[in-house]
Amino acid sequence: MSRRGVFSRTALVLGLVFLYVPILSMIVYSFNNSRLVTVWDAAHSPSLKWYGVLFSDGQVLDAAWLSLRVAVCAATVSTALGTLAGTALARFGAFRGRSLLVGMTTAPIVMPEVISGLSLLLLFVALQQAIGWPRGMGALTITLAHISFCMAYVTVVIQSRLAGFDESLEEAAQDLGARPAKVFWRITLPLILPAVLAGWLLAFTLSWDDLVISQFVAGPGSSTLPMVIFSKVRLGVSPDVNALATLMVSVVASGVVVAMVWMRRRQRRRERDMQLAAATNL
Amino acid sequence: MQQPVRHAGRRLVAGIPALWLAVFFLIPFLIVLKISFSEARLAIPPYAPLITWLHGLPIPNIHLSSYAYLFTDPLYLRSYLYSIMVAAVSTLMCLALGYPMAYAIARAGEAWRTFLLMLIVLPFWTSFLLRVYAWIGLLQNDGLVNDVLLRLGLIHHPVTLLQTNFSLYIGIVYSYLPFMILPLYANLEKHDTALLEAAADLGARPLTAFLRVTLPQSLPGIAAGSLLVFIPAVGEYVIPTLLGRTDQIMIGRMLSDEFFDNRDWPVASAVAILILLLLVVPIVLLQRVERREREAET
Amino acid sequence: MNAQPSTPPDPAPPYVRIEAVSKKFGEFPAVDAVSLEIRRGEIFCLLGGSGSGKTTLLRMLAGFETPSAGRIYIDGEDMSAVPPYERPVNMMFQSYALFPHMSVERNVAFGLEQERLGQPEIRRRVAEILEIVQMSPYTGRKPHQLSGGQRQRVALARALVKRPKLLLLDEPLAALDRKLRERTQFELLSIQERLGVTFIVVTHDQEEAMTLATRMGVMDRGRIVQVGTPAEIYESPVNRFVADFIGSVNLLEGRVEAAGADGIVIRCEPFGCTVRAAQRVECAPGDTVWAAIRPEKITLAGPLSATEGAPRDNQMRGKVREVAYMGDVSICLVETDSGKVLRVTLPNRSGLARQRDLRHTGVTLCWDDASPVILTR
Repeated sequence: MSRRGVFSRTALVLGLVFLYVPILSMIVYSFNNSRLVTVWDAAHSPSLKWYGVLFSDGQVLDAAWLSLRVAVCAATVSTALGTLAGTALARFGAFRGRSLLVGMTTAPIVMPEVISGLSLLLLFVALQQAIGWPRGMGALTITLAHISFCMAYVTVVIQSRLAGFDESLEEAAQDLGARPAKVFWRITLPLILPAVLAGWLLAFTLSWDDLVISQFVAGPGSSTLPMVIFSKVRLGVSPDVNALATLMVSVVASGVVVAMVWMRRRQRRRERDMQLAAATNL
Repeated sequence: MQQPVRHAGRRLVAGIPALWLAVFFLIPFLIVLKISFSEARLAIPPYAPLITWLHGLPIPNIHLSSYAYLFTDPLYLRSYLYSIMVAAVSTLMCLALGYPMAYAIARAGEAWRTFLLMLIVLPFWTSFLLRVYAWIGLLQNDGLVNDVLLRLGLIHHPVTLLQTNFSLYIGIVYSYLPFMILPLYANLEKHDTALLEAAADLGARPLTAFLRVTLPQSLPGIAAGSLLVFIPAVGEYVIPTLLGRTDQIMIGRMLSDEFFDNRDWPVASAVAILILLLLVVPIVLLQRVERREREAET
Repeated sequence: MNAQPSTPPDPAPPYVRIEAVSKKFGEFPAVDAVSLEIRRGEIFCLLGGSGSGKTTLLRMLAGFETPSAGRIYIDGEDMSAVPPYERPVNMMFQSYALFPHMSVERNVAFGLEQERLGQPEIRRRVAEILEIVQMSPYTGRKPHQLSGGQRQRVALARALVKRPKLLLLDEPLAALDRKLRERTQFELLSIQERLGVTFIVVTHDQEEAMTLATRMGVMDRGRIVQVGTPAEIYESPVNRFVADFIGSVNLLEGRVEAAGADGIVIRCEPFGCTVRAAQRVECAPGDTVWAAIRPEKITLAGPLSATEGAPRDNQMRGKVREVAYMGDVSICLVETDSGKVLRVTLPNRSGLARQRDLRHTGVTLCWDDASPVILTR
């Protein structure tokens, strides 16, 4: 299949280059002493000048702190809610209102963010008028908004994990006397924990990254990190943003590498155990 | 399991997330719908209530002026059409690049596949905003692309690459490529290579085998990936603002401007409702495609 | 002739009573009005092919499916509304379903923990049952560190440790290789005898059923076709399906010539023979019936000489087409003049050489009048 192979493989390589050139360019220029992108100030580079600028920018640091708090909170709550919804959709068969739940958990994923943001802001305004809560737009409204759209992603992750889960394990646990809640806590949850963690990380990233919805529901007093970055870059290239980008990429990349190494080691240990067992066949 | 929904426990498990979504997803839409029928006012909030009470009798205060404004204003009509066109073209470009990439990954060996998928998904975990911003640096007049082209002698003056349709497409394709690749890969990975071997055995050349065996089977993946790109792309805000044209803006930006700059909430709401109406058909299609894929798996 | 001693009348009421149970999936009846009674302490096998409904019936006993119609009683109690975690029934799954994140000990202890027993008691009973299944050295291992046979024993221990009234086994030997299967069959029998638990086994393997069962029920398309001991089912099948399903059988279609209280005569024209059986059959002359003759009940004699002429009753003329040497027996395929093929099993008393000679020789097939089972359907 040489011809097909060459064409698609070339596309793959080109596509990967396309994906990574912007990221790599930001990393490289974060160490460039000069402000200009194309002029490599060889005399003074590589330098950590822009990293220094970044870390002394109070606005950026405050925004990062807010984003972190919101993301942790939103990720945790939306993982809990998404796990509930995913379980209901994967295990309960047909029930009244199921299609509605399916629609509500898949629509936020494709909904244009301006619409989600607008609708949530209008909700908060209406609530404010009706019952006086929430008292103002800020961290709370941002968190509530983030939970609502992150939850949909977690639901999809959990639901697809449960769909591939061996139901006979849950049946065996029930057969041995465990009620459904107990089965979930002691059998299902421990075994789908990697998917739950993946869902949490996904929700965290989505919340951390979110701009549009935050802009709508943040109000005048609070700014998340993406909001600060956005206002900076509307005016053009800002090298300290390059430094920020490099930091984020490094954190994510090292996290991924660590995860992969750990998983590979676990897999190899399991294979070795299974071979040993088969060898001492009884 | 074939057990009937017996326990209150089950009702809680399904009910709690359903309640949350009803409050934070459904009701907001109803509110948007309601406000789209309201009259703009210089007040806080900047719209009039839908029902006013006169001597104890409710009098509806419904205005269709917002919608009328949208339908008659050529600026809005052009913006809607432009948004659809941009989304459609970007989807096709994503498909053109993403399909061969997904195909190559699906044909790769076990070890390679995980690694390649990780490479595709890794950018997604780094900030979307920052990656779009990176293109500003690359495409601006004194940016990297122009620099390389000048040095290669292909051009003699810097070409305006930013704030064009070109930069907009690049931005959208760049950001949404993983959304195209992943569903396509999920579909292609399930294909039975034995079918292709059978086709070759029956005398089909590689291109024919692809067109007659692989392509038809990958249609659900194509549908899912295309819809996952098209639907959010229509309402995109960030990419058009940073990379797009200033003389023709997409509908997402118009909504935001109408809301924040003009403080015309009713019109903004009407814009949102119309976008939703545009997208209802694609959204329903997507849910149907996903349901069929899920049923096929069980 | 001495009468065989009949099985003594059973004094105990049925332990498990399945009353007209049906299960429909949409329009499709997976189980169709099945009624069964199972006695305490017996090993009852549900035997059937795929789609026969045996697994669905088992799952209804366990509580994972609710019957569309009918009732299930276990030890006198109606189980229709009882969920699986409240039934005194335990199941050994075909895939064993061991919890991968728990050790052998924790797996077996899981069921006891649901009963809220004290830790010392739990540990004692776990050790006891692991001793019985011979898995004591492996308490700390995880399932993926065990071989298939070891996993099966843990699954068995886990199900038995709760001392259930009823143990359900879903294809218990399907995943084991041949040698292991034989050994496990006998181990299962000895464990059952020792503990006295009532077993209900579902299987598609008739050898498994014949070895394990004290009684068995043959299922076809959702219905119970015949219930009896393995010997009863093998020697006295009620219809062609059962006759063909268990072991091998030669079915000779023919017309009734005479039928009476002490015997029946059938003319099987396609085979060119007359079958005479000492069996009382409800039928009339002219009816179409089938004579089922097991391969091991046919003997081969030399070809009929010219003076002997046509074959007598319960004799048939044929030519050996093929001989398959199986070690302990040889299977001969004998072809009649009309082209029908019969299967004959011969014990290899004199070894390979004699069987080789048989190929392409003319023979006479003979059987006695107690061998055929006459089937009207």
